[in-house]
Amino acid sequence: MSDQGEQKSFQERIDNGETIEPKDDMPDRYRKQLIRMMSQHAHSEVVGMLPEGNWITRAPSLRRKMILLSKVQDEAGHGLYLYSATETLGASRQEVIDQLLEGKAKYSSIFNYPTLSWADVAVIGWLVDGAAIINQTMLARSSYGPYSRAMVRICKEESFHKKQGYEMVAKMADGTPEQQEMIQDAVDRWWWPTLMMFGPHDEDSPNSAELIKWGVKSKTNDELRQSFVDRHIAEAHEVGLEIPDDELEYNEETGHWEFGEIDWDEFWNVVKGNGPMNKERIKARREAHENGKWVREAAEEYARKQKLSKEKAS
Amino acid sequence: MSTATKSKELTKQEALFEYLVRLADDRLILGHRLSEWCGHGPILEEDIALANIALDYIGHAANLYEYAVEVEGEGRHRDDLVYFRNDVEYKNLKITELPRGDFGFTIARQFLFSSYSYYLYQLLSDVKDEQFRGMVEKHFKEVKYHLRHSREWVLRLGDGTEESHKRIQDAFNDIWTYIGELFHQDEVDEFLQDKNLAANTASFKSDWKDLVSDTLEEATLDVPDFDQFMVEGSRQGLHTEHLGHLLAEMQHLRRSYPDGNWQ
Repeated sequence: MSDQGEQKSFQERIDNGETIEPKDDMPDRYRKQLIRMMSQHAHSEVVGMLPEGNWITRAPSLRRKMILLSKVQDEAGHGLYLYSATETLGASRQEVIDQLLEGKAKYSSIFNYPTLSWADVAVIGWLVDGAAIINQTMLARSSYGPYSRAMVRICKEESFHKKQGYEMVAKMADGTPEQQEMIQDAVDRWWWPTLMMFGPHDEDSPNSAELIKWGVKSKTNDELRQSFVDRHIAEAHEVGLEIPDDELEYNEETGHWEFGEIDWDEFWNVVKGNGPMNKERIKARREAHENGKWVREAAEEYARKQKLSKEKAS
Repeated sequence: MSTATKSKELTKQEALFEYLVRLADDRLILGHRLSEWCGHGPILEEDIALANIALDYIGHAANLYEYAVEVEGEGRHRDDLVYFRNDVEYKNLKITELPRGDFGFTIARQFLFSSYSYYLYQLLSDVKDEQFRGMVEKHFKEVKYHLRHSREWVLRLGDGTEESHKRIQDAFNDIWTYIGELFHQDEVDEFLQDKNLAANTASFKSDWKDLVSDTLEEATLDVPDFDQFMVEGSRQGLHTEHLGHLLAEMQHLRRSYPDGNWQ
């Protein structure tokens, strides 16, 4: 009875547009959903360092090398920031990282695709960060305070990431024949996986309705995907790139682009761990974790000794 | 031997170009090695710190190369120096090109190089060249942070667990033979020192040794023998086998498509 009462008043607060803070009462399910979402988001930032990190040492100019390094560094910062925000819900960073390394937690499937050429770095900035911005701009209005504040901060950096990506896309599309071929090939490979980033259709998305009810999300997967498509088709056309979708058609009445169906078999396959890079991404994270074990232990032991000697001195 | 050091009458322009390129090469190559850690660090905080330091080094190198091509005055771009020189034309110290190794090796090298850079930048802050000095002053702030970061880790690893102690001690032992040439002076250095355009690294060798020894002792580590055999030849383009592989990776894309705009 009291539980139901609590939930009602929680829902009233949500409906009034109030922000929920860490110490506020919240239904268990709200807490769990947010831990799941926020830790997945944090993992995505950290795993997302790998495909782009793959090109840092080969960047074709110092300017691009510095931009890329700084972008990947930002992603590490976002991961850290999101892990901290998740901790406000009582889930420790170690706990959620262990879930990732044990293969129990998910992260954005887009990072299970390989970066095969330098143009992929440009296209990731343009499309993948472009998709992330659409999603995160919505989450910046999420009902959970620490998450929404993290998103506001992260969105600022993401818009720089997208800008540098699109700038590079435009230059390559306007470059030598080899550059043009390289950038079109990257668009062809990344377009569909990027559309998949928004998740299943609304009717197949078990969490969506609940997250919308709780004000965590304010738009459905399909709505977000549509706004991504509208925006990015315009940008592709502006630089003369083709979108690999035969069914693409502009609907004058709705003012939206209609597009083909995602290959949902591929989508679920990658989600289930059978994408081109799933195993390697987790292996890289596990190796970093295992190779770093002695370093973390040393830091702990040193801190313990320092504390002890300070206590002795006082 | 480089053309600049071989010529009988070194001009100020040649010497300054050579000197700036040497400084830049050290930082570019070490920045490259550090950037390899990105996404693979022992904790997320160190992924950020090492990427940050890598970015500082590559940024310093970019400024130095840019000034070098300006001094040279032949209309080259800084990227020409980065992507279109072969290993014998690179003048970085060998210590910077060694593979990144484990975190202990990376920290040992960072500490030795950033303590050296600390004294070097202190002297370079007085060079009689406004543009060069302005650059140094800006970079110096970051160099101080690099020293603090690596020194703290030497202490943690040295005085941490038995394993970390052994790993960082082994790292210092292995890398020691590469520190001798940090203090070599040749005609380029001497020529420029007369004009207050370069630092005499030999002049701070004993301060540097004290800082290194004190830190290692505080970290409960043995200080290897400063008088042991030391390798040399980096400033003449004599490298380890590792540099060729590093450059192959760094340069291949740009060299494969030299006509493209990659800015």
